[in-house]
Order: sequence, then structure tokens, then C-alpha cells
Amino acid sequence: MDWSLVFGNAAAELISPTTAAYALAAIGLAVHFGYTGLLNFGQAAFMAIGAYGFAVSVLNFGLSFWQAIAVSMILSVLFALILGIPTLRLRSDYLAIVTIAAAEILRYVVSTTSLKDLTGGSSGLSGFATEFYAINPFPTGNYLFWPFDVTEKELWVRVFGWSIVALATILVLLMMRSPWGRVVKGIREDEDAVRSLGKNVYAYKMQSLILGGALGTLAGIVFVLPRAVQPGNYVTGLTFFIWTIMLLGGAATVFGPIVGSMIFWVLLSLTEGVLQGLVNMGVITFLSTDQIGPVRFILIGLGLMALVVFRPQGIFGNKKELQFNV
Amino acid sequence: MSQLLITATKKFAVALGLFTFLFGLLVPASAFAVEGEPVPDSNVFSIGGIIKDGDVVLEGIEISVLGADGFEAVGTTGADGRWSVPVPGKGEYQVTLRVETLPTGASLRDPDRSQKTVKIDVVNTVNVLFPLNDTTTPAVKPGDKPATAETNVFLGRLIAGVNLGILLAMAAIGLSLIYGTTALNNFAHGEMVTLGALLAFTFNKILGIDLLLSALLTTILVAASGWFQDAAIWRPLRKRRVGLTQMMIVSIGLSLVVRYIFQIIYGGDTKVLSQGEIWDVFGVPTQAVNVISAGVGVVILLLVAAFLTKTRLGKATRAVADNASLAAATGIDVERIIRIVWVIAGALTGISGVMLGLFLQASWDMGFSILLLMFAAVTLGGLGTAFGATVGALVIGIFVEMSTLVIPTDLKFAGALVVMILVLLIRPQGILGKAQRIG
Repeated sequence: MDWSLVFGNAAAELISPTTAAYALAAIGLAVHFGYTGLLNFGQAAFMAIGAYGFAVSVLNFGLSFWQAIAVSMILSVLFALILGIPTLRLRSDYLAIVTIAAAEILRYVVSTTSLKDLTGGSSGLSGFATEFYAINPFPTGNYLFWPFDVTEKELWVRVFGWSIVALATILVLLMMRSPWGRVVKGIREDEDAVRSLGKNVYAYKMQSLILGGALGTLAGIVFVLPRAVQPGNYVTGLTFFIWTIMLLGGAATVFGPIVGSMIFWVLLSLTEGVLQGLVNMGVITFLSTDQIGPVRFILIGLGLMALVVFRPQGIFGNKKELQFNV
Repeated sequence: MSQLLITATKKFAVALGLFTFLFGLLVPASAFAVEGEPVPDSNVFSIGGIIKDGDVVLEGIEISVLGADGFEAVGTTGADGRWSVPVPGKGEYQVTLRVETLPTGASLRDPDRSQKTVKIDVVNTVNVLFPLNDTTTPAVKPGDKPATAETNVFLGRLIAGVNLGILLAMAAIGLSLIYGTTALNNFAHGEMVTLGALLAFTFNKILGIDLLLSALLTTILVAASGWFQDAAIWRPLRKRRVGLTQMMIVSIGLSLVVRYIFQIIYGGDTKVLSQGEIWDVFGVPTQAVNVISAGVGVVILLLVAAFLTKTRLGKATRAVADNASLAAATGIDVERIIRIVWVIAGALTGISGVMLGLFLQASWDMGFSILLLMFAAVTLGGLGTAFGATVGALVIGIFVEMSTLVIPTDLKFAGALVVMILVLLIRPQGILGKAQRIG
């Protein structure tokens, strides 16, 4: 058993594009929930829009890389509007159910066999990132050092993903310090008070939904760049993982989602590696190797429960800043 | 109120009548196969069908059947147009119509559908249809299709929809009662459905206990799980004054934990729970267990209605749901009511799980996959009202099954969720919800 490999793999998750994508989606969710108090349980849908909007634009309509991103963003705004118009006036628990339902509707639609020509049905899509790798500025070779050593392609997708994370962080930081951010946080604390000050609460909520959703869509694009688009990835479980990440770091913090995503993926990789190792060495006999996946999900569930009960403000959060109220 | 009591009493009497009637049916269930026909031998499997050109049956058409392990057989239609091929056992078979054996002029309505894959697992005999272009009655106007076949499909979907709706209603009432008394959106509710189905599978298929007794044991155990959940998780959280959103996220975590424990114990495959013979319901062949389930379901729903409107405990439950502090002020022990609600919800959801297991088959994530349908039912009817949940579940059940007449089958759940969102647009409080400011 090569333990350095286990720890190396876990450490490599720190900068992996998946970690970046989840961090980005969690930043979007933090805009929704952490700052505005919107119970969005459909972040997976925004990620699916990013993935499918991008892949379908490239594969079926022959658009360029940047055009495809633009199309995804437009679709994302439209989806936020469709989602927000009926639900943002409702009580927040209704919003939770409607967003989760909308995400599932979208998943059923992209995986239906009747749209197989467009979305690839249940087998998904691949081969849409050729242009992305063609504009890679890094020459062929190996980069960085163990355990982060990567090829030029892997380096490019990491640099791209984390640059977007950095830009999103700066954007959210500036937005939340602006008058707009103060109104939005006011809505989280007391919607009626903000309304009585003459602010259009509905419009602010809608803007927040669009902003956070757009970040989720970008996350969806970053997520699929190094892999294929699979409809099975956009189940409600994805949304719940993003929630876990956001709550882990701190919902109303700027760096919380990034650190949350890093911790989440490092721990996942570590538990998988360690469990695998212990099963192979015969230390754990009550599990087989294909039962390790479920064990990880059980750990995530337990972690989510413990986190939300004992430390709802997350690692970096300020308890006063985050009031959970329906 | 007195009127309500009278209707409730009537419902109760009807319920009791139905109850005894149905249990009378249940006990010698095997004796109640389609009248006049011998009970089918459970070890004989066959694939068959009838080939017709319009109303004229065709003789001498060849159909080949290929099985997974090299099984191959050819069936030929007889003078009555029927063919039948005995097959070795459960599994998937490729059924191909040999188009070259069709008489000149006759052709398949859909030329791409000369080959079909059929699966034998719940039913011993599967009929495969190859619809042909009707050459006997010329100039059929579009939309003027033969009435009987259309009505049959329509009726079949309707019956399946009502069936699903009734089973869904019991679980949805559980969800709704919990929401009504504690304001918790319980995302782990689907796992109680799964628990019901998997326990029934364990008792009935692994331990070989009689299905009725298995259902009873399962109901008791899932009710106990409701009690345990409340005692171990939800009451301590209420005492800590943990917020409702936090509790909702706790239930999401719990759902993940329980679901994957099921996967570790039972594996990721689908467990076949249903069994037995086929009954003829208004000309639609339906699984007998599902007909019985639906009947028992109706009885249980009526009993719940009687409980909520007639008994002291039921009234106290509704009082707590209306206004917990006011109920507490009138001397109702709110915590005790909540505990009872968890037990009742567990029992209802457990029995619904057994029946849904018989209807849809059991798997580790079946509850989670219908959780949103339950939420849709509860939201449609109006959050927190038990009667609303019943109406909502019936609407959802019928819509899910009927929509497959128009939209692809793999989109049927999506259609139901769209309906929920549309209803919320027009009537945010749900069909039976009280009109109040929401948000």
C-alpha cells in the first residue's frame, strides 16, 4: 500500500478543476443564500445549464468557445427569470421546493431519449472542448511539482478555472461592499424593513438569483472542460454537496466557499484512499471496495447534519451575520 | 362542525364496510384469479400476441424470440391470429416479427418497430403487439382510430394513475402531518418509503413470511422508526431551538446517510417484490396486489380522515397544526401530539412504502426518487393540510400516468413537477390551502 500516493492524490485535489468548479458554484449559492437568504435548492440546474449550454452550442451549432460561454450565460439569465418570477414572491420554503423541482425537470429534459440528437440522452456529450485546448498558451511539457505535477492541458484547465474563481471572488467582494450588497443583506435580515424603506425587494432578489445563477453556470462550464457531460451528474445530490461546501466554509463569507470546496474534496479523496487501503490490507473486513463510495456519502451526510446543528456559521463565519430563518 | 362529524361518521361506516370486504378478499387471494380460468402455474413463462390487419387475423406469420443465454424459438400465428412461445424463465427477450412472412400489402405501422425487447419479471405471460397498417378498412381519418384500443390505453393509464395517486397519498399525508405540526420540510421522508419497501422485501422474499404479515410487521417497524427519529433527532433539535431551515438541511443530511446505508445493505439493484396474478379491471389487466393495495389505501385514507375529524387526538392534532402555542394554552401537550404524529406518519408512510414497492418494485433510492412527487402533492393540495395532500397526490398520480399518452415516458415525472409550479403561480396556497399572504 502506497500511502504517499493516497496523500498525494488528496493534496492534488486542492487545485483540481473540480474543486474550482464546486467553489465557484458555492460562491454563487453564497450570493443566493448567504447574502440574500434565498433558499435555492436548484444550483445543480444552473450547473447543468452551463454544461449543456456550452456543449450543445459547440457541438450542434458550431459556435466558438467564447460564443458558447455567452450563450450559456444568456440561458442562465433566462432560467433565473423563469424560476424567479413565480417563486420569489412566495415564502422561502416554497422557493426551496420549486427550485429543487425545476432542477429535476431540467435534468429529466436533458436526459430524455426524445432529445437524444441534441443532448445525447442518458449517454451525454463529449468532444466539445477541442477549441478550449487549442487556445492553450502553455507549450507541451510537465509543470509544477509533486503532488501537483500536471501536463500542459491539465495546467491550462486549472489556470482557467481558478482565474474565474478569483474574478468571481473579487466581483462578489465588491458587490457586497456596495450599496446593492447592503440592501441585499438587509433583505436577508428583515425583508419587511427593507420593503418599508421603499426598496423593491422582488427586483433585488431577482438580481441576486441571476448573479448567483450565472456563477453556477460558469461553474458548470469549468466542471465539464476536463470531462464529458453526463446527465447523471446533475442530480439533487450535487446541489446538496454545494450546500455542504458553502456551509462548511461559511455561507456569508467571501473565502468560505473556496476553502470549503478544498476541504470537501481533500477529505473525500482522503477517506476514499484510506478506506481503499485498509480494505486492501484486510484491516477492514466488513466492507467491500465497491461499498466505499456509499460510505463517503454517509460521511458527507453526517458532516452536513453536524455542521448545520453545531456550527451553522461555518469555519469562517460570524454567528451574528448568519441567521437561519424561514 | 356537526355536519363535518356526520360526514366523518358516514365515511367511517363506509370505511369499515370496505375494510372487512377487502380483507375478506385478501386472505384467500390465490383463489381469486380471473374467473373460470385455472390459476396460472407460476413456473410457466411465455411470450405471445395476436397479429391483425385491421379486424382480420393473419395466419402463418412468424415471430422469432431470442433469449439472453442462447435461447431461440420461433412462433407462428394460428388460425385465430394468435401466437405463443414458451420461454425458459425470467429475463429479457428480443422479439422480432419476420416482416417477409407478412402477406403482400400488409406492413408494420412503424417500419422501425419490427424488433422489440420485452422483459419478463413480474408477469409470467407477456403480450407483444406489432400494429400493422390497416388495409381492410380504407381511408381512416386521422384521429378516427379504432375506439376500443384507444379507450383501453386511456383507461389503463387512468387506473394506474389512480392507483399511484392513492399509494402516494398515504406517504404524502405523513409528510403533510409532520409539516403541519412541526413546520419541518422533511427531506428524509422518502427514506421511510424505501424502508417500508425494503423491509417488506426482507420479510416476504428473504425470510419467506406471508405478504400480509410482512406488510403488518413492516408498518409497525416503520412507525417505530418514526418514533425513534423524533426522539433521537427532531425533539432534541426543537429543544435546542434550532431554526427550521437548519432542520430542513439536517433532514437532507439524514436522507443521504440513510439512503447510502440502504445501498450498502441491499446493494444498488432493484428488488422485485410484486407477485401473483393479473385481474381484469374494466377490461384492463392489472396486478391483483395493486388492486388490493389501492382498496386498502382508500380504507386507510378514510380512517385517517375519521381520525382527524372525529377523535379527540385527531382534533388535538389539527389544533396543533393550526396554532401550536394556542393549542398548548388550551392544555394540549404539543410534544406528545408531535410524537404521535411521527408514529402515525411512519405507519402511513411504511404501508405506502410496501404498496409502492409492490407497484414500482423496491430499490435503495426509490423513496428519494418519488420524494419530489410527494412534495408536489403536498404543495399542490396546500402545505400542511391532510386532505389537501390526498387531493394533491391523486392529481399528481393521475397526471404522471396520463401524461405518458402525450409526452415521452421518461419525462412523466417532469410533467408532474411542471404542473406543481404552474399551480403555485396561479394559486400559491395550493388547491385546498387557506388563502393567506405567503411571503
